[in-house]
Amino acid sequence: MGRYITRRLIIAIPTLLAITFVVYVILALAPLDPLSQFGADPRVPPEAREAIRKSLGLDEPWYVRYVLWLGGLLRGDFGYSFMSHSPVIELIQQRLPNTLAVVGVAYIVGLVIALPVGMISAVRRNSFLDHSISTVTYAGFSVPTFFTGLVLIIVFAVKLHWLPFIYNSNLKVTDLQSLGEQLRQSIMPITVLGLFDAAIFTRYIRSEMLEHLPLDYVRTARSKGINERVVVIRHVLRNSLIPVVTLVALGIPGVFGGAIVTEQIFHVPGIGELLVRSILLGDTPVVTAVLFIFAVLVVLFNLVADVLYGVLDPRIRYS
Amino acid sequence: MATQATTAIGVQEVHRPARSLWSDAWYTFTRDRLAMTGLFVLAFLVLAVLFGPYIWGGSGTEIDFTQSLDGPTFDHPMGTDDEGRDLLARVLNGGRISIAVGITAVILAITLGMTIGSIAGYFGRLDNPLMRVTDLFLSLPVLPLLLVLVYLFRETLKSIFGPELGIFLMIVFVIAILNWMPVARLVRAQFLSLKQKEFVEAARCVGDKDGRIIFKHIIPNVLSPVLVAATIGVGGAIITESTLSFLGLGFPSDVPTWGRILFDGANFLDIAPHWVLFPGFCIFIIVLSINFIGDGLRDALDPRRRI
Repeated sequence: MGRYITRRLIIAIPTLLAITFVVYVILALAPLDPLSQFGADPRVPPEAREAIRKSLGLDEPWYVRYVLWLGGLLRGDFGYSFMSHSPVIELIQQRLPNTLAVVGVAYIVGLVIALPVGMISAVRRNSFLDHSISTVTYAGFSVPTFFTGLVLIIVFAVKLHWLPFIYNSNLKVTDLQSLGEQLRQSIMPITVLGLFDAAIFTRYIRSEMLEHLPLDYVRTARSKGINERVVVIRHVLRNSLIPVVTLVALGIPGVFGGAIVTEQIFHVPGIGELLVRSILLGDTPVVTAVLFIFAVLVVLFNLVADVLYGVLDPRIRYS
Repeated sequence: MATQATTAIGVQEVHRPARSLWSDAWYTFTRDRLAMTGLFVLAFLVLAVLFGPYIWGGSGTEIDFTQSLDGPTFDHPMGTDDEGRDLLARVLNGGRISIAVGITAVILAITLGMTIGSIAGYFGRLDNPLMRVTDLFLSLPVLPLLLVLVYLFRETLKSIFGPELGIFLMIVFVIAILNWMPVARLVRAQFLSLKQKEFVEAARCVGDKDGRIIFKHIIPNVLSPVLVAATIGVGGAIITESTLSFLGLGFPSDVPTWGRILFDGANFLDIAPHWVLFPGFCIFIIVLSINFIGDGLRDALDPRRRI
């Protein structure tokens, strides 16, 4: 098992390197000048702008900058933000936990909903219940996350006044009351992402279980006189979850995409919101770093899926 | 129903004309109630955005501050925005662009994916490098990269092609470049198994060249799954475009795509919820009907699922 994991890890490194290279080249060769913000200001004399360019290392050709940036990366140094002049790594450290918390909890919510629903849908195939569940899940992943978010705000914040309108990022959890506040303001972002995840997971679980239900081992289990509930949960569900693990991990880029939108709607201070803001401000070092973080997260989850797949299905490991 | 079924078995079966693959698929498709509903809704929406602006009149650009932020009325069935512009007219005009972006982006993505997939699947030497590239693209963080690409190339394309066409081309290209991978994988897998089949061997025996084998013998067999992927892809592309516009990185505000209207309306949720509800509902309905159609097509085109 150890060798299997090491092999996957070694494959992941060139992938990450290639991604950073692509990202860096796109940013470096783009026609946009990272100092265009300064350029728009006539009070900055040309010599001063050149000096700034030099101090930021922007006068080097892009491949030199790439190597320098990679070197910094190894020391955990992403450079400095053009706008706030603080180290990029600090900005990311402040915001990454928020994103991971929202995405993670939403994932768990999605799974908790999808497991029983997908299972019932598969077992009662073609029943009225199955058709209703399928229609609802279709609706669930056809709604863009930004629309769900806006509708939730209109219903629960504007009309009913049950939940706060936007996320208060200055809130510190110190006592029970502030903890309650934090929970209340997290409900809507998590619901938006969680329902989207649930819709996708339900479809995966249903179709995987439908593949397994007619197989011989299920008939064997039934003919041994095992309770149907045990057959479904212990035999079919367990085996069906193996491919679901991979599918769920492959959906991760989409989930982070959804997180960007959700953070933007509710003003959750996560890295998605940081990315959109830095893009609009032309803050290249932050943009590069956030893209890198997203790439790492995607590759990491793919790796986790591969390893889990190996753990769950011994046939994969030995082949 | 019961009597029809018996007559079908008893009498009509004998006289039924030969059915082709596509008419067979169409027959199965019309039995699928959700898919047919989706088809009708989609047709209605497409006709509405194509001809609606001529019937309803108005380009949705007339500003009238006396009617700003009105809810739905008889004169303005979807209400008005902060400058008193008619939202129905804006939704109809913007829908044209949203749908056009969806279809064009998918045509591009499918062409790219099919080219790469068939080369990788047919010519063994190129398989490994091409699939490495595909895997690399699959592990890119798509939406963040989209945002960055749009931001970086926006001004340049705007200055070359003008604001509307420039942004249109850019969004279409960027969506296509980040979405061809699943099709390439699918086509490659089909090619790998099909090129071993006897009919390909037979074609080679009678002296067919590679080009003819690919286009005449293999591609027609790959078309069904690609068609399903393309259908569902249109829905995805429409969502991607509206997401970009919603984040303020898509079309400018004088091009009212559905996502852009939502972006403009998002600041007025408390006083004018109709502003986001109608265009948002349009996106939801069109994507839902496309997904139902795609699902119906999948069942209809798969011979194993036919009864």
